[in-house]
Amino acid sequence: MISHTGKAATVAGYEPRVASRRITGHIWKWVFFSSTALGIVLLIMLLWSVFEPGVGWLSWHLVRDMPSRVPEKAGMNSAIWGSIWIVGTSGVVSFILGLGTAIYLEEYASQNRWTNILQTNIANLAGVPSIVYGLLGLVVFVDWMHAGRSVLAGGLTMALLTMPIVVVSSREAIRAVPLSLRQAAYGVGATKWQAIRHHVLPAAFPGIMTGIILAMSRAIGETAPLLAVGGASQVLFNPTGPLSSFMVMPLQIYNWTGRPQAAFEHLAAAAIIILMVVLLVMNSLAIALREYFSRKNRW
Amino acid sequence: MLETAGAPVRSSPRPPLDLSGKRSRRTSEYVIRWLLIGCSLVTVLTTIGIIVILVVESVNFFREVPVFDFLFGRTWTPLFEGKNQQFGVLPLVVGTLMTTAVAAIIALPLGLMAAIYLSEYAGSTMRSFLKPVLEMLAGVPSIVYGFFALTFITPVLLKPILDVGTFNGLSAGIAIGIMTLPMVASLSEDALRAVPGSLREASYALGATKLETTVRVIVPAAISGVIASFILAVSRAIGETMIVAIAAGQAPAGQTGGSGGMWDLSRSMQTMTGFIAYTFSSDVGRTSVAFYSLFGVGLLLFIMTFAMNMLSQWITTRFREAYE
Repeated sequence: MISHTGKAATVAGYEPRVASRRITGHIWKWVFFSSTALGIVLLIMLLWSVFEPGVGWLSWHLVRDMPSRVPEKAGMNSAIWGSIWIVGTSGVVSFILGLGTAIYLEEYASQNRWTNILQTNIANLAGVPSIVYGLLGLVVFVDWMHAGRSVLAGGLTMALLTMPIVVVSSREAIRAVPLSLRQAAYGVGATKWQAIRHHVLPAAFPGIMTGIILAMSRAIGETAPLLAVGGASQVLFNPTGPLSSFMVMPLQIYNWTGRPQAAFEHLAAAAIIILMVVLLVMNSLAIALREYFSRKNRW
Repeated sequence: MLETAGAPVRSSPRPPLDLSGKRSRRTSEYVIRWLLIGCSLVTVLTTIGIIVILVVESVNFFREVPVFDFLFGRTWTPLFEGKNQQFGVLPLVVGTLMTTAVAAIIALPLGLMAAIYLSEYAGSTMRSFLKPVLEMLAGVPSIVYGFFALTFITPVLLKPILDVGTFNGLSAGIAIGIMTLPMVASLSEDALRAVPGSLREASYALGATKLETTVRVIVPAAISGVIASFILAVSRAIGETMIVAIAAGQAPAGQTGGSGGMWDLSRSMQTMTGFIAYTFSSDVGRTSVAFYSLFGVGLLLFIMTFAMNMLSQWITTRFREAYE
């Protein structure tokens, strides 16, 4: 109801107050925007706090040399190779177990109570603190399996930790493959596994790979469980096999951060720069893979 | 046997075509099925393994230290000798609660507001720029946040305005908050975007402004997802280890003579996870009570985070507003 004065008729004293409501809306819009923009500010501060003390300490000998008590001579060669071993082992194991679980849940499992338990369980595992996985790895792999504080024990612990990531992303990738592809395979006489192996998995491959890379980049930055499984002592040699002891990049950084001399703080910052560059490369690879294949397969 | 065309082939007395390898195909189908079930069993075994190990190993601990003394004792000195060695977990729990509270005060409101901006206000260009930034923040390893807390937050941001120690609970809490912020933002944003456009249009039609629509219609409609993201973030903050191991110090709350006693955020404040990390980096005998106390603390930590994760899942399924 509009009265002839142009103002809305008041219902029991209702005042529209449009102008003040608009102003409040604008103020809050800026509040919402600034809390998002704060994320950028924080990221810049974070990167700066690492870059500023670390960039002067970047050098080839940091990559090539072994840890040392003298900061000018200290390197992280054993940590880099240890990270490669650990991430490689955990990548292979969590790929097999995670993909297997994802295929089972998407293609075989019927909607029943057991499947429900499995799904809830995987969601819960993703929320277990990483240090608890370290306690698990210490007892099961280090003690019961007699693997000792080795690459194998560390890699398996990391595999269990990263498995939920692989399961979730592989399931999404498999679910995105259209049903018609499976039906076409059955139509020419393929068994269920043949349809999965030759048609569903190749189609879902990029999504699965993205998940694996994300899981590996989680594994490369994760420190706490390896503190439990690997210990924090110095390692002055590269791993020679699955049973040798190891050092990883984040543990080396933790080790250097904990020392009183300021020089080690710079060293830690330089090591963080290297770690972040590796992570950036891995994540860009995952994004590039996703973009490339999402343009290639369209159904 | 073929799955789809199996029945007709079997019904004829002599198959006209010998599909050799039928039997082996069928066995391999069974083998593969069971292998896949085996893979999924590993996830269940992991959970069972975690529970069994924490319970079994902490039994060794509770044989030495009564459960009551553990839960309600106010002094935590596991590395001391003889009578001075006490296992009252309260200081560690206070450390965890205080750092988590600081993190929650930062991450929850800021995360929700960022989610509202990204979902309701940002144009597609703005969004495609801001989302990757938040994703990058989420991808930074926690050890880097620990370094950030120790070498930047404490000396540059806090020291000038507050009387804080080199190691303090406040800087660790702030760093955890920054780390969990992207998680709250992205999970809440998913929930907000799932609210159908018709609700917005209906609200506008009744004369509401954009802010009123967002605050009174969209957020309440997505509240289950928003609360679930809050709980997950808090659970993540409780379990965070490296930040507190680096920045929160190695003395339990209230044992360094800070003026505020146990609740003093400006002084060293070891958390449950921080204690576990610290004990592993110092050499403790594998059969000592101090070593078994790791599993007691680990069990308490697991129960806290497990309960929160279950609660978050329950809320998402129970209170979800389903729109078609």
